[in-house]
Amino acid sequence: MRRQLPLAITFITAFTLAVQYFIPHRTFEILYEVSQVWLQIVGAFAMVLGIVSLWQLHWGKARGRKPGWGYSIVTLVCLTAMIVFGFTGPTKLGEVGPGEWIGPFNWSYDNVLSPLSATMFALLAYFIASAAYRAFRARTALATILLLSAVIVMLGRVPLGDVISFGLFSKVANWLLYVPNVAAKRAIVIGVGLGVAAMSLKVMLGIERSYMGGE
Amino acid sequence: MKWHEKMLNIDRRWIYLILGVAVIVPAVVSFHVPVNVTPEVRRVYDFIEDLKPGDIFYVGIDYDPASLAELHPMAYAILDQCFRKDIKPVVATLSQFGAGMAEQVLSEVAAEYGKESGIDYCYLGYKPYPAITIMLMGVDFRVPFPQDYYGTPIDSIPMMRYVHNFDDLKGVISLSAGTSSEFWIIYGYGRYFMPLALGVTGVMAADYYPYLQSGQIFGLISGIKGAAEYEALTEYKGEGLKSIPYQTTTHVVILAFIIVSNIGYFASRRSKK
Repeated sequence: MRRQLPLAITFITAFTLAVQYFIPHRTFEILYEVSQVWLQIVGAFAMVLGIVSLWQLHWGKARGRKPGWGYSIVTLVCLTAMIVFGFTGPTKLGEVGPGEWIGPFNWSYDNVLSPLSATMFALLAYFIASAAYRAFRARTALATILLLSAVIVMLGRVPLGDVISFGLFSKVANWLLYVPNVAAKRAIVIGVGLGVAAMSLKVMLGIERSYMGGE
Repeated sequence: MKWHEKMLNIDRRWIYLILGVAVIVPAVVSFHVPVNVTPEVRRVYDFIEDLKPGDIFYVGIDYDPASLAELHPMAYAILDQCFRKDIKPVVATLSQFGAGMAEQVLSEVAAEYGKESGIDYCYLGYKPYPAITIMLMGVDFRVPFPQDYYGTPIDSIPMMRYVHNFDDLKGVISLSAGTSSEFWIIYGYGRYFMPLALGVTGVMAADYYPYLQSGQIFGLISGIKGAAEYEALTEYKGEGLKSIPYQTTTHVVILAFIIVSNIGYFASRRSKK
């Protein structure tokens, strides 16, 4: 029963939702709408599960003084602080009048999260520069093709390329993006799509059971 | 160490330092770089330009502060165009860190035009799980968003009274730095056939050309260059055009390092022979 019930629920849910897509009848529309609301509710429980799991993982690391335990404490302190700030102070800028204190939640968002995230992303430019210097060397024929494509697209997608080549780089870059890039991407997307469909069928029919754990 | 070996083994700290200087230069010496508008950006501009006053258009601020530099200028320029044309934007975010930024950009641009929340625009806020939220918006906006961001019930918001689902919108643009743009293609276009455009970061752009070519998205704004193109079209004085000199100097430095690296590589190959 412990195995049959989840399999039955999976099959019935997956089959019904797959079939409703092809039957334009009001009953199936209602079924679809109800299923979307259920999805949202299940999603809310998943979020609680995620928070509990995050807490357990980092609490265990901090208690056991495992490598990187200091970061775990930072994670737990920040998690707790933001939950407390969220429940106690104003969380929406619209709730705060001009010149008033925006509250710890908004302050942390503006002065901690936002600059830290932007800084992390901006640092990528430095790593990309360093990686481009080391990786883009014309060692083989394939590496040369990669190097030329990268340089042309890099120049073709910025105004500088158009200025120095009278628009030639952007035309070649567009061709690269619209023809070889699209051909390769489409092949990958179709392959992934077929793989997902096959995997979904296996899950629906109970052939693939790893989601139940242990098998 | 021979000269070509030095060219091949530049310490990464020198690379970081020179790139840092390249970022600072445009702040000290100002110069102008002309921006050519690509067809995929022009199509987004033309689509919004062709809408009539009072039409409802959905703007998704589906990114977080990490991508703010590239995507925020797009949001400003698009919302400016909407308010200038009296188009009513419905704004929501599918990124957990996007709510504050979306409110900031919306309230700033709305204030410039004297637009009122609930009458000229509606801000729905954030809901988790992008795929589910998009599907639910296709059913009825009231299901994922029973209230707007400020707690007003949707039915009490004048401009949303007759807006129920995607059928009541003229189009959607999602400014995204993650997978939500793919969910918009799969569910927003695939299921509900919404006219859809995307604004994405520069590194994501190549992934979306197949959808542009197939017509699943009608326009694509990519990276800071795309934002600058949009600002050039709308004549909005934002951060996009201002960022182009910075992008130019950093690209020149990166290209210079690639050239130096290859000269060093070929010279060392020749010396080994």
